[in-house]
Amino acid sequence: MTILTQLKEQITAQLPKLDMVIGWEQGYDALHATPLFMRAAEDVERLQIGPLSVHNTATYLTGLRNKKVGLVVKGCDSRAVVQLQQEGLIDRENVVVFGFPCDGVADLTKVRRLIGDVGRVEEVETTPTELRLRVDGREEQVAMSDVMADKCRRCQYPNALVHDHFAGKPREPHATSDDYTDVQEFESQSLETRFEHWKSEMSRCIRCYACRNACPMCVCRDHCIAQSRDPHWVTQDDMVREKWMFQVIHAMHLAGRCVECGECQRACPVDIPILALKRKMNKEIKEVFNYDAGVDPQAIPPLLSFQVEEENINERGW
Amino acid sequence: MPALAGKELRIVGFLCNWCSYGGADTAGVGRFSQPTDLRIIRVPCSGRINPLFVAKTLLSGADGVLVSGCHPRDCHYAEGNFYARRRLEVFKRFLPTMGIDPDRFEYTWVSASEGQRWQKVVTTFTEQIHKLGPAPRFGFAHEQNPATAAAC
Ligand code: SF4
Ligand code: SF4
Ligand code: SF4
Repeated sequence: MTILTQLKEQITAQLPKLDMVIGWEQGYDALHATPLFMRAAEDVERLQIGPLSVHNTATYLTGLRNKKVGLVVKGCDSRAVVQLQQEGLIDRENVVVFGFPCDGVADLTKVRRLIGDVGRVEEVETTPTELRLRVDGREEQVAMSDVMADKCRRCQYPNALVHDHFAGKPREPHATSDDYTDVQEFESQSLETRFEHWKSEMSRCIRCYACRNACPMCVCRDHCIAQSRDPHWVTQDDMVREKWMFQVIHAMHLAGRCVECGECQRACPVDIPILALKRKMNKEIKEVFNYDAGVDPQAIPPLLSFQVEEENINERGW
Repeated sequence: MPALAGKELRIVGFLCNWCSYGGADTAGVGRFSQPTDLRIIRVPCSGRINPLFVAKTLLSGADGVLVSGCHPRDCHYAEGNFYARRRLEVFKRFLPTMGIDPDRFEYTWVSASEGQRWQKVVTTFTEQIHKLGPAPRFGFAHEQNPATAAAC
């Protein structure tokens, strides 16, 4: 029995007890998946998992708090479930988690950079090493190793960290540690270069807030301070300063909470590499508090606690 | 050209009401000479200081930001500065990735009786900011938007 078949059976068995189960199905073309809300047994047929199941299903959880929700999760999605549980933002007993071993997802931005904007993809065949796309009667092949999302290369938790049902056997982690070389490389450039990098990247931001809306840990929804007029944290001016301020808000509000699912960057319609800001934050959180968000349901996020004598904070002598 | 252009830089200080603001007052009453670049904003507690205050201040054109509260274990509200310490430390470490020199921001502790210590903190921090010079700026709104810049 394939993992997908087993998963479908597990979901079908639990569905009568649940308001819905959230997974993925094919979207507007074969390359783009879209979240699937399964309410009836026939919906389960449309479920797909694999390298195209990119969305973090946990993003919907806080909006469905009073419902009984089933959730199909990749490892990274499950970290969001854990972190939400840690912060008391969901009721774990109302959530049924379906896990499976995740082999990694494709970064569609990388696919587009490789083969161009090809338009509607008719069919995608996925093998462990390749994506074969049929477009306009032609076949395009891309190696998974070329288009795998960066987060998957360094993924230490490919199997749902919490789950009530698991299809297939847990797989080996894709990596055993994260040395944040990307952050170090970026910071090996001069301060001016870094400042100019963000100035230029942020000038492309259209302030659609897709990065925020896709983030499983951005739970304020209509109360986001980016849209409050009092206090007026960001103005309506079309200025780099305001756009950048929002990214600093997002990074700070995610400090010690970001599970690095990469949804913010994936959702960005203009491909601004904002995950770098979250990676930096996570690197520092790890160094100072030795903490990984969304791993241990019992842990307290570091910025919600303190120690009278901090081990890793050297206060300025003056 | 303003009289002090080229001499003074824009430094903003967020001081807690109970200790550091008192410390600054003590320094003033004691007539300790201090650089005049610092503009002080009084807040109830260092725990009230959202690191985003510092971010907004820096992105709005300040050359330096100083936060000062009660010494650890001496917070008027018992724990405010313990939470502040974690948040501010994380924020300070975040600055380099933005391309902002982390030395433009410091947080420290000064009690109400430490007039002399306050004088030293202000002097040291002001000197540090003068060494760095004015912070990089964004330019005017129309320069920040390629579309409108082209139209100008
Ligand atoms: S980060 Fe891990 S769990 Fe998430 S998609 Fe990649 S391989 Fe799967
Ligand atoms: S900030 Fe980005 S990477 Fe972090 S949890 Fe939110 S969407 Fe995921
Ligand atoms: S998703 Fe991209 S364009 Fe939209 S607000 Fe976020 S950074 Fe800006």
